[in-house]
Amino acid sequence: MSTAEANRALLRKLVLAAICMFGFGFALVPFYDKICEVTGLNQLQKPDRVSNTQVDTTRTLTVEFDSNVHGNLPWKFAAQERRMSVHPGQLVQVVYEVRNDSNTAMAGQAIPSYGPKVAGQYFRKLDCFCFAKQELKPGEVKRMPVVFVIDPGLPQDVHTVTLSYTFFEVEGTRRAETGAAPKEG
Amino acid sequence: MEAVHAHEHGHEHHPSGIMRWVTTTNHKDIGTLYLWFSFTMFMVGGVMALIIRSELFQPGLQVVNPDFFNQMTTLHGLIMVFGAIMPAFVGFANWQIPMMSGAPDMAFPRMNNWSFWLLPPAALLLIISLFVPGGAAAAGWTLYAPLTVQLGMGMDLTIFAVHILGMSSIMGSINIITTILNLRAPGMNMMKMPLFVWTWLITAYLLIAVMPVLAGAVTMTLTDRHFGTHFFNAAGGGDPVLFQHIFWFFGHPEVYIIAIPAFGVVSQVIPAFSRKPLFGYTSMVYATSSIAILSFLVWAHHMYTVGMPVQAQLFYMYATMLIAVPTGVKVFNWVATMWKGSLTFETPMLFAIGFLFLFTMGGFSGLVLSITPVDIQLHDTYYVVAHFHYVMVAGALFSAFAGVYFWLPKWTGRMYDETLGKWHFWLTMIFFNVTFFVQHFLGLAGMPRRIPDYALQFADFNMISSIGAFGFGLSQVFFLYIVLKAIRSGEKSPERPWEGADTLEWTMLPTPAPYHSFETPPVIK
Repeated sequence: MSTAEANRALLRKLVLAAICMFGFGFALVPFYDKICEVTGLNQLQKPDRVSNTQVDTTRTLTVEFDSNVHGNLPWKFAAQERRMSVHPGQLVQVVYEVRNDSNTAMAGQAIPSYGPKVAGQYFRKLDCFCFAKQELKPGEVKRMPVVFVIDPGLPQDVHTVTLSYTFFEVEGTRRAETGAAPKEG
Repeated sequence: MEAVHAHEHGHEHHPSGIMRWVTTTNHKDIGTLYLWFSFTMFMVGGVMALIIRSELFQPGLQVVNPDFFNQMTTLHGLIMVFGAIMPAFVGFANWQIPMMSGAPDMAFPRMNNWSFWLLPPAALLLIISLFVPGGAAAAGWTLYAPLTVQLGMGMDLTIFAVHILGMSSIMGSINIITTILNLRAPGMNMMKMPLFVWTWLITAYLLIAVMPVLAGAVTMTLTDRHFGTHFFNAAGGGDPVLFQHIFWFFGHPEVYIIAIPAFGVVSQVIPAFSRKPLFGYTSMVYATSSIAILSFLVWAHHMYTVGMPVQAQLFYMYATMLIAVPTGVKVFNWVATMWKGSLTFETPMLFAIGFLFLFTMGGFSGLVLSITPVDIQLHDTYYVVAHFHYVMVAGALFSAFAGVYFWLPKWTGRMYDETLGKWHFWLTMIFFNVTFFVQHFLGLAGMPRRIPDYALQFADFNMISSIGAFGFGLSQVFFLYIVLKAIRSGEKSPERPWEGADTLEWTMLPTPAPYHSFETPPVIK
């Protein structure tokens, strides 16, 4: 093989390697999802399993309910109660209310987060409106429950836990109902 | 193709003036272009650094508004990494790899021309992005989502610039690997290659492995911005943390893409001025390769604070600490090369020793940061800024200076002014430490990075750091003067200005190196 041919053969291999690595970058996306699924990380849309339902009445925690709307999603969103006293292991239900203030039907997705960070893994949600997209007609009001248990394993130095939801608009779901043109998201 | 027909000198067939540089396929011309481009970008990125340091000279907001400050930190990082340091070492590779391995030119001279000429448009895109509505990207050089999904059109220009820079790097790497593997002179087997050639072979493989991943990451950002995908958008089922994983899968090897060619330059300079062969050549090759392989396994140490399980944190912590072992082997070998050597301290050697001291310090602060609980405290503080400037500036940049002073006589046939060179070294050394050493204290005390204002207790150290930065910047203008003076009116260099340097370019080629070298391959015994 002449040097020029050898050079071209190597060139082809290296270009192929570069293309494969470009694909590899995208392959990291499903790979990452799989890792999260296997390790149980970041599974925001599935009910948690509850193993221990022993109520620890010797301990009382304050749970705060925070609610936010992301960007310019024209929704009003709040918990009916701002805070509650609960015992670890106790089954609790809280109701959030959301209202669509626009004249457009649209869907939103709520994403939970927890404070302090360490509390997240002890906050077990059995039912939550965040497990599915919520679609609201113009002016529609929805009352949505969250059912949860705080695992008694929560570290002793945590006395207040904050559950915070942020509603994100699901793009491409706006439908004008009163003849108004759909607004750009 | 004229170069092929021009047997003896080749100058007469070349277009003159600007077209010579636009159309050139000669590795030496292209090396020169890379080096001047790199220096220009170094000045542009340096001005941005000085804008940052002016704002931080005193607490409060005096010079720029916070949004412009963010654009400066972002562009300073991108321009220094992709515009200054990486092209500088590609410039060295172009000049030196063919001469050091006995090849007549790079394997694909026309592609070589392309790899260079992609860079100026990419740099222009970055600079133009400052003037579009909304300004340049302001999310930090790491371009983290979700902020980058929301920024204005400056971000799109940045994304395209990264695409072009990536293509340039990949083409350059393909050229370097092919040249090294296929065009070495007969008898120059792999374990006889100078270490600079070895380090570039390893670096080029790293580039081919990770630049496409970065291109993928910014492409995902682009489609999230404009084409309704949700790679990083939580509402659509995406995850911003995913961006960090993909980015740092590129980003950590990138750190070694910058450092490893610097190791190569230092491994040529230290033996030359110690008048001894490099201590532990074989272990150097294996240490460099292990650093390259390990660099793929440690990326999440940049992300200790995103909420990883403790097992993952432990894995990344131990893997990161493991890199200190091959790095330690290299530092040991450099020191052992100097041991009982017949040392002289010309400017290249001074910069190489400066590199050795300061890079090792940067390595130690890196070891501190690898410890998860410590990092959670120091994450995104000035301690991190100090750490990476010790390895990027005192590591990569110092070794580039060592390389320029070392090879300038070979490239131009003229010597630089030794007294001025020593002045440049000492000014650079002192002002570098004035600028960055105090930032360790700022970080330990909790000053966050990328913020244009700070609490009063940080005022004194910030003022010292800003003064150092201006001194450092001026010293680099002085470097430009030294190089221009050498090229215009430097003393004529002897055939072998450094008697301890024994690679092919010194032993088998005249000084200055002829336009075409090794058209008949040398025979290596």
